[in-house]
Amino acid sequence: MAVDQGLQSELQKQGVYLTTWDQLANWGRSNSIWPLQFGLACCAIEMIATAASRYDIARFGSELFRASPRQADLMIVAGTVTKKMAPQVVRLYNQMAEPKYVISMGACATSGGPFHTGYNVLKGIDRYIPVDVYIPGCPPTPQALLEGLMKLQERIRSRPFGAAMDEKRGEYPVPEFGKAGLEPRYNPDMFQPRKGWWEEPAKPATPSSTP
Amino acid sequence: MLPPLEEIKTTLEQLLPGVTLAVEGIALLVDAKDLTAVCRCLKDNERFGLDYLADLTAVDYPPDRMDAVYHLYSMAQRHGPLTLKVKLPRTNPVVASVTPIWRGAEFQEREAYDLYGVAFEGHPDLRRILMWEGFEGHPMRKDYVVEDQDA
Repeated sequence: MAVDQGLQSELQKQGVYLTTWDQLANWGRSNSIWPLQFGLACCAIEMIATAASRYDIARFGSELFRASPRQADLMIVAGTVTKKMAPQVVRLYNQMAEPKYVISMGACATSGGPFHTGYNVLKGIDRYIPVDVYIPGCPPTPQALLEGLMKLQERIRSRPFGAAMDEKRGEYPVPEFGKAGLEPRYNPDMFQPRKGWWEEPAKPATPSSTP
Repeated sequence: MLPPLEEIKTTLEQLLPGVTLAVEGIALLVDAKDLTAVCRCLKDNERFGLDYLADLTAVDYPPDRMDAVYHLYSMAQRHGPLTLKVKLPRTNPVVASVTPIWRGAEFQEREAYDLYGVAFEGHPDLRRILMWEGFEGHPMRKDYVVEDQDA
């Protein structure tokens, strides 16, 4: 049950603090998101800068980059995911403890970015694992990563604690190396390729005003 | 300082009877059959002393030409680079491996084999280095079609 905001503020002036279990638990959860310590490309440099003193991700409680997926809450996919690396990224995601979140950092992790037409680059990590927050940029600035982290915190705070604990994302199938690329090319349960512009139906011709 | 290309060409042809070279732009064009002899001479002869293979790659010129390219430096005499090119047929390009001469060629030859399909005869361990085992095709060739272009 939500606390009446006016009453809460009145009570606070008297030194009485009221909250709900959801708010308290989510306050703690959203301010201690431990990311998994791994970087894939130049976005990782920005991620390191975000963790360093100038931008100081510790202000948001996310300074503990864990070297083990078992201890991490958040996977920051920082950089180009090559087809050779993608199975390992999915496997790391599967090994993380619930509840777990994914930030797709930068153009490459989101869509393949400048390497979109390359033979060796995965065209977006959301083909295999669910993504919570996408951050645009090439690479995104540290401010942008912090903004993405704040968006994720908002998401965590906006959901009831119990529902978040009950949610199980489970394991996602790990792609395998095929003859020309990864097999399958995407997880059809969660991703459908956008139809190419050349396949879109032509717009109906506008009727001319003069007969 | 390395002498000019024309001078290198005449010196090599004098040192190695039966070898004919050509100058193409800033590169020395070597016949595939002469490559081992020329490289051995460039490394061992004091006049050149090219003891360091900085770069080994291939260039694809469809429809029928494939070049192997070598960049040589001398660490001892601090000169270079000297560029060697070997013209090969695009279908089934085969050239002698220079790994016995410069040990550092091993991985670079594997890369050229992986991405361009140039086979290096005499290589100790010629297999793919960047793409995985079971991958088909050579993706840096200009006619390679990426499987997921449309998706």
